[in-house]
Amino acid sequence: MLSVETNETKKGMGIHARRALAYIVLVFMSFLCLFWFYILFVNATRSNGELTRGFTPIPSHYLLENWKGVMAGTQPVVRGMFNSLFVALCSAALCTYFSTMTAYAIHVYDFKIKKFMFTFIMAVMTIPTQVTALGFLQLVSDMKLEDNFIPLIVPAIAAPVTFFYMKQYMESALPLSLVEAARIDGSGEFRTFNTIVLPLMKPAIAVQAIFTFVSSWNNYFTPALILHNDKMKTLPILIAQLRSADFLKFDMGQVYVTIAFSIFPVIVVYLILSKFIVQGVAMGSVKG
Amino acid sequence: MAKVKRGKVVRYNKWGYIFLIPFIVVYLVFQLVPLFRTFYYSLFENYRSGLTQIGPNFVGLGNFVKLFSNADIWIYTKNTLIMWILGFVPQIIVSLLLGAWFSDPSLRLKGQRFFKTVIYLPNLIMASAFAMLFFTLFSDGGPINEIMMQLGWISEPYKFMSNVWSTRGLVALMNFLMWFGNTTILLMAGMMGIDTSLFEAAEVDGATSTQVFFKITLPLLRPILIYVMITSLIGGLQMFDVPQILTNGSGDPMRSTMTLIMYLNKHLFSKNYGMGGALSVVLFIITGLLSLVVFKFSNKKD
Repeated sequence: MLSVETNETKKGMGIHARRALAYIVLVFMSFLCLFWFYILFVNATRSNGELTRGFTPIPSHYLLENWKGVMAGTQPVVRGMFNSLFVALCSAALCTYFSTMTAYAIHVYDFKIKKFMFTFIMAVMTIPTQVTALGFLQLVSDMKLEDNFIPLIVPAIAAPVTFFYMKQYMESALPLSLVEAARIDGSGEFRTFNTIVLPLMKPAIAVQAIFTFVSSWNNYFTPALILHNDKMKTLPILIAQLRSADFLKFDMGQVYVTIAFSIFPVIVVYLILSKFIVQGVAMGSVKG
Repeated sequence: MAKVKRGKVVRYNKWGYIFLIPFIVVYLVFQLVPLFRTFYYSLFENYRSGLTQIGPNFVGLGNFVKLFSNADIWIYTKNTLIMWILGFVPQIIVSLLLGAWFSDPSLRLKGQRFFKTVIYLPNLIMASAFAMLFFTLFSDGGPINEIMMQLGWISEPYKFMSNVWSTRGLVALMNFLMWFGNTTILLMAGMMGIDTSLFEAAEVDGATSTQVFFKITLPLLRPILIYVMITSLIGGLQMFDVPQILTNGSGDPMRSTMTLIMYLNKHLFSKNYGMGGALSVVLFIITGLLSLVVFKFSNKKD
């Protein structure tokens, strides 16, 4: 009895210290993650005059005015947001639908090139888009698709990473007997895919739709090479323009509002969906 | 009977090809053809000198010789690697610690979901906007300098953007913040997968938590650690948005933050397709080799 107790106290001490250390590090890291966005928020609510006078951690009340200033300015920020939104939504929809379809083809059917296709897709998974950018740009200019969203949206159909995730999910969530049953009921293959398989894949589709949306929304490299017309530019390109413009000419309150405008929508959506996202990352990693 | 059944199987399986068509067509047109075209371009002298177009003239491997004989590529490779290491080392240390804590049932940490949500958050932030934010925050008259002056840490603004190591440090800090949450979750998933009986046995034998971590967790985690490291290196070689926006594409001070992809981007903008192509091929080969290592290790795991 006595020995058990001493043992427990000894272990308990260690655990308390370790737990305290864990909390301290976690709080510090959380602070490090959120600090910048807090300053961004505070400064977006302050006027240019207040900003030049020095930093305070208390928000002011110029948010609306700064926003109006941005709207009246030369940067087509709202237009940029709609462009970004359009490209990202279309990419997410096409990417998840067709990646599920590709995964379905490999998962359910048995055909000659099946193994080859799977190995091929796995092999090309890590090729960065940047190394094909040169040929891609040439292709885009041959097709007269510069200043067009098509070269930013359509390539999302062939997404090896999303395919792999869908394939992994299908292995656990889609029993082949279900497909067989649908066949016996006389459902066509295409209809089976759309009405039975897609609904079953919803959780995986949701996770991948979020990731595709976010990476398209944040994408800067390719759009910057393709979109030159102000009307077509997406938010990251406008941010880059803001950076390259003569900084002192700007109203700093407006600069902060513009940055906040491209960061906070994603944060809000993330906080709503965070449960699925964090789970999704872990899920994809187990076998990855 | 058997014949009918067989006929049916064949009929169904043709749908495998049909469902693959969108992927194959799009991949061929938008990825594979551009890739081969990039390879092809790397063999030609093809650039603009002022208003005159030089080439395209076939030069064989001339572009590669030119690329490697110039000091630029070595400087930019060094910059890219330095900034990757500066971000990766703290990232792997912090991620291992947090992963071990999150997956340790005896610690019973509260608010895990909150902390996981917060540390993953920076990963989803637009890298260009994040870099722009850091540029304004760390500018000479920016809030960070103001705060440090108010706290009395410094008497006059520190010029973050004019110092080689502070600029590289900022790039590394951003990369660290954007990726340590992701790595933590990956490592945690790996640690959860370790057979709990091993930990129990170690506890019975009286091992301390530090011993358990170094003698059990770390060795068993080796495949995932290598996977994380190599994929991070592949990602690091693609480093672009953050240094590009932070330094306005100049890679200043004195080209010390110019990365390989920024170099490629420069060639693409100035329409120097020969050199751009050669650089792309080199990056393709390096990434391919690194991917092979990942592939080998993830196969071993199964």
